[in-house]
Amino acid sequence: MKKVEAIIRHIKLDEVKTALDEIGIKWMTVTDVKGAGKQKGYTEQWRGSKLNIFLNPKLELKIVVKDELVPKVIDTIMAVARTGAIGDGKIFITNVEEAVAIRTGARGEEAL
Amino acid sequence: MGRSTRILLILAMLVALVSLAGFSGAFTAKARAATAAPAAATDPNGSATGSASDLSPSAQGSNLTLQSLANEVGHNKIATGFIWLMTGFALVFFMQAGFALLETGFTRAKNAVHTMGMNIVIFFIGVVGFYFVGFPLMFGGVGHLTTLGGVANLNGMLQIAKGWGILGTKGFGGAGLYDVGILAFFLFQLVFMDTAATIPTGAMAERFKFSAFVIYGFFISMFLYPLFGNWVWGGGWLSQLGANLGLGNGYLDFAGSTVVHAMGGFVALAGAIVLGARIGKFNKGGSPNAIPGHHIPMAVLGTLFLAFGWIGFNGASTLTGGDFRLAVIITNTFLAAASGGLTSMFIMWKFYGKPDLSMTCNGALAGLVAITAPCAFVAPWAALVIGVVAGALVIGGVFLVERVFKVDDPVGAVAVHGFNGLWGVLALGIFADGTYGGGDNGVAHAVKGLIYGGTGQFAAQAIGAVTVVVVALGGGYVFFKVLDRIMGLRVTAEEEIQGLDLPQMGTLAYPDFSGSAPDWVTPHSSGLGAPPGKTAPAMNSVSLDEGAGA
Repeated sequence: MKKVEAIIRHIKLDEVKTALDEIGIKWMTVTDVKGAGKQKGYTEQWRGSKLNIFLNPKLELKIVVKDELVPKVIDTIMAVARTGAIGDGKIFITNVEEAVAIRTGARGEEAL
Repeated sequence: MGRSTRILLILAMLVALVSLAGFSGAFTAKARAATAAPAAATDPNGSATGSASDLSPSAQGSNLTLQSLANEVGHNKIATGFIWLMTGFALVFFMQAGFALLETGFTRAKNAVHTMGMNIVIFFIGVVGFYFVGFPLMFGGVGHLTTLGGVANLNGMLQIAKGWGILGTKGFGGAGLYDVGILAFFLFQLVFMDTAATIPTGAMAERFKFSAFVIYGFFISMFLYPLFGNWVWGGGWLSQLGANLGLGNGYLDFAGSTVVHAMGGFVALAGAIVLGARIGKFNKGGSPNAIPGHHIPMAVLGTLFLAFGWIGFNGASTLTGGDFRLAVIITNTFLAAASGGLTSMFIMWKFYGKPDLSMTCNGALAGLVAITAPCAFVAPWAALVIGVVAGALVIGGVFLVERVFKVDDPVGAVAVHGFNGLWGVLALGIFADGTYGGGDNGVAHAVKGLIYGGTGQFAAQAIGAVTVVVVALGGGYVFFKVLDRIMGLRVTAEEEIQGLDLPQMGTLAYPDFSGSAPDWVTPHSSGLGAPPGKTAPAMNSVSLDEGAGA
């Protein structure tokens, strides 16, 4: 099992969700996050003064999938979450040792 | 029985009940008509309502004489004054809500309870302080209130020379104020005082210790506001510059550009100077940082409430409903508000790329402040010009305070109320067109400004403008310095960074929103104990995006 953590733009959530649904992934955890990358925040204006906000608001999707699905998930997210402008986000993949479904007690890939 | 049939049945029963009730009403009415006088016809269009039969018994039948009729007319004249004045009182009172929303919207969420708290408590303090001490000092020598009837109890003035009054001496502790005319006047003046008193809380927001604020509230409502107010509205020396020195009609400030707004604005400046800037406002080199307010919709609503209240602030300052000049006054008020707001918006748009809404609100308020003194004396075209100047002046004023004086005024109170208050009285001395104000301050001729040949009037206005700065800035500065020495004006740095709401007021404004409380607050207050390794907030625990340099 692998965990796919994708940091994406807020406006891309619906498209990503729909696209993942089409390849059979109907589960995810979504968190509001703030972070900084190459985009280096944004600038606000308040009463004639500039205000640099260092941390950009983004969404983080967490999806745990079977190993063989990972390339497909990456391709799907890339296909719809990409705008080409700075600030499109990142995808991180990590190993998952175990998964447990709390209701049924199922373990491993059965729990997904 | 089907569902729809059941509904039909219920409806039918309802109809039956209603018609039964109607019949029974008709029957009882008929029964009554039979026993008593015939039922009078109704008057749906109002043409028959209000006639000689409505006069009080003392003016009916054989009592109807010219004298008794004149008494009735006099009573009605005062009645229009009362109704208009109490309407104005209610409108101006509502400006407290405007200030509360404006100031809280322009400041940060972590101080919202504290800022709101100052804005409501100032009213409670003001009512008490003004009734017992402030009102007598200000109006104890104002004389007979001609538009409100009543008695001439307020007839004691402390004078430094004949005709040069400096303080009222009648009415302390409420003595002799138990009179309808005087109390109507008191109520109206009370809400003006509270407007002035609440202005400095904006400039001093986000760092003003609440206990020190309470002392301040009593000081301004009991002493500082009434002092200058007496000189202008209470028959004091500034109002007599015309009668004594021939300077136009003496110093005139129709509804309080200086008495209320410049007073509040320059006390605000004094307070902001003594308090010092909020942590993170200025960098080491002195360059300012933006600290955005947390709720722009709230601030916009506050601005609208203030404009709404200004209908009474300026309009009811005629003190009588029979002075139809009030239509001109209210027209002028809204022209200046609109041109002030538009001017600010276009200037920000042109020079800073976007129509900054917070500055647009300040521009509208600046226009309102500036037109407050001249609104009764100028033509509508002049009101428009006065607003345009105000809209530009407020932006210059905000930058002057922040970038030249290096004083931190979170809501722009000094620029809006201080500078534009001065502009208002000077504008009166420029644009007053000689169509109104004959008899004001005991001078027979109407009020004329510079462009209509009234150089004396302009001189009187300039003297008054200088005086208000001396009294408000000087008096305010000395008071705040002394208070700072005695009890300290400012909260601790830890309290300021955490936000004043919890340490000063004990309550968070928005406890359900994540990020409104530091994460160590909840475990403490819910009795779970602080998470391991997390105790007191460190100075650098504010999140990175919350004002650079914090």
